[in-house]
Amino acid sequence: MAEGGEEVRLIGSWASPYVVRVQIALRLKGISYEFVEEDLKNKSELLLKSNPVHKKVPVLIHNGKPVCESSVIVQYIDEAFAGTGPALLPADPYERAVARFWAAFIEDTLLKASSQASSGKTEEEKTEGKEKVAAAIVTLEGGLRECSKGKPFFGGESAGYVDVILGGLLGWVRAIDTMQGVKTFDPSTTPLLAAWAERFGQLEQVEAAMPDGKRLIEYAYARAMQAAAAAASTN
Amino acid sequence: MDHQQEEKVQLFGMWASPYVYKVKWALSIKGMEYEYVEEDLGNKSGQLLEHNPVHKKVPVLVYNGRPVAESDVIVQFIDDVWKGQGGRILPEDPHERAMARFWARFVPDKLSPPIWKWFTTAGGEEQEAAREAAVEHLRVLEAELNLGRNEFFGGDSVGLVDLSLGALAYVIPMYEEIIGARLITEEMFPSLYAWMGRFLAAPPVKDHLPPMEELKLRFRAIREYFLKNA
Repeated sequence: MAEGGEEVRLIGSWASPYVVRVQIALRLKGISYEFVEEDLKNKSELLLKSNPVHKKVPVLIHNGKPVCESSVIVQYIDEAFAGTGPALLPADPYERAVARFWAAFIEDTLLKASSQASSGKTEEEKTEGKEKVAAAIVTLEGGLRECSKGKPFFGGESAGYVDVILGGLLGWVRAIDTMQGVKTFDPSTTPLLAAWAERFGQLEQVEAAMPDGKRLIEYAYARAMQAAAAAASTN
Repeated sequence: MDHQQEEKVQLFGMWASPYVYKVKWALSIKGMEYEYVEEDLGNKSGQLLEHNPVHKKVPVLVYNGRPVAESDVIVQFIDDVWKGQGGRILPEDPHERAMARFWARFVPDKLSPPIWKWFTTAGGEEQEAAREAAVEHLRVLEAELNLGRNEFFGGDSVGLVDLSLGALAYVIPMYEEIIGARLITEEMFPSLYAWMGRFLAAPPVKDHLPPMEELKLRFRAIREYFLKNA
């Protein structure tokens, strides 16, 4: 139970980067919660009742009321638990707008490109997606410079909203880097992001929230094999 | 604190962009004056490129020389900066704010794409599939957002969700006229249908609408272009 008898439950699945975002946010704020692992192939009544529109994880249930969509949940956590732990969004309206801009960039530009790179309908589309991802990461380096102003995190001295939004993806970034022998946050082209990834990943609240690296890689391979088998069987 | 004395607000926009109108309506809710700069998107100004180097798009709000880009970010900035002035765009209660943000995302993520696909596809199976997807999402909106006795999704005045959905109140009827088929009828969507009329007549909206005849011509040309290049 979190402060004063508040009930906080998080419905999630261990591999989802969107779920990791919420776990990081809760841990950074020091809010205790019950994690409810969902089997996405056999969705529970609780999930379907709590997120009837999208039927997806994560869903935060706070004193019985559900909140859906990871970026909405993280902002909710910051506002509903304003007196607990550090603030995730800055107090100044303009700084807040800058943070929201970069969070939107991560969702609408970076992740969209990443989706095209992996699930594009043609090889051409996928290659274009990969190029867009690379370009977005370079732009994000500028975003980190703008937000951090020489300090360790997007949020400044301490991790904030943008750190959480990007940070949820770190488990998958590490898995992909290992599997493909690449460096998504290349220290030679994006030194600030490379340093940030190390630093953020080592925060105890983040380590506790991240999925196990080996398990994630096994899961990724299994999914890739399934996809290949499915593609082969339809040829 | 008297805001009016020390503030300079500029809005960079384009006459046909629904995202620009969303910002205009938000500024209107707060009763804020601003300088409007029309951009020729085929020949973007140095100022626009300087203020929004990442996306190079409109709208951009420049507040005392500092730019804010992305319409959803701008609208929340407007609500933050002029808190306590004019109407509320987001509610006070954190859970209600989360619900407003959730439904505001539903529009661009789920609703707009099939509507656009329906409009830019020639008649046939593919267009029908897009229409069905749009109708399915409209049904979700109609059912889940039980307006009840509220005039708007934001309560008794225009709020974040109304602003997010807003442009569809004039865009959908225009698409329907151009295609010659209906997407929203009063029978199928009584709440949404009534909301559309109220939204277009609402004080922050009614004097800040695009020139409809020009917009219709523009949309006709867009549909022709897509059909030709399919």
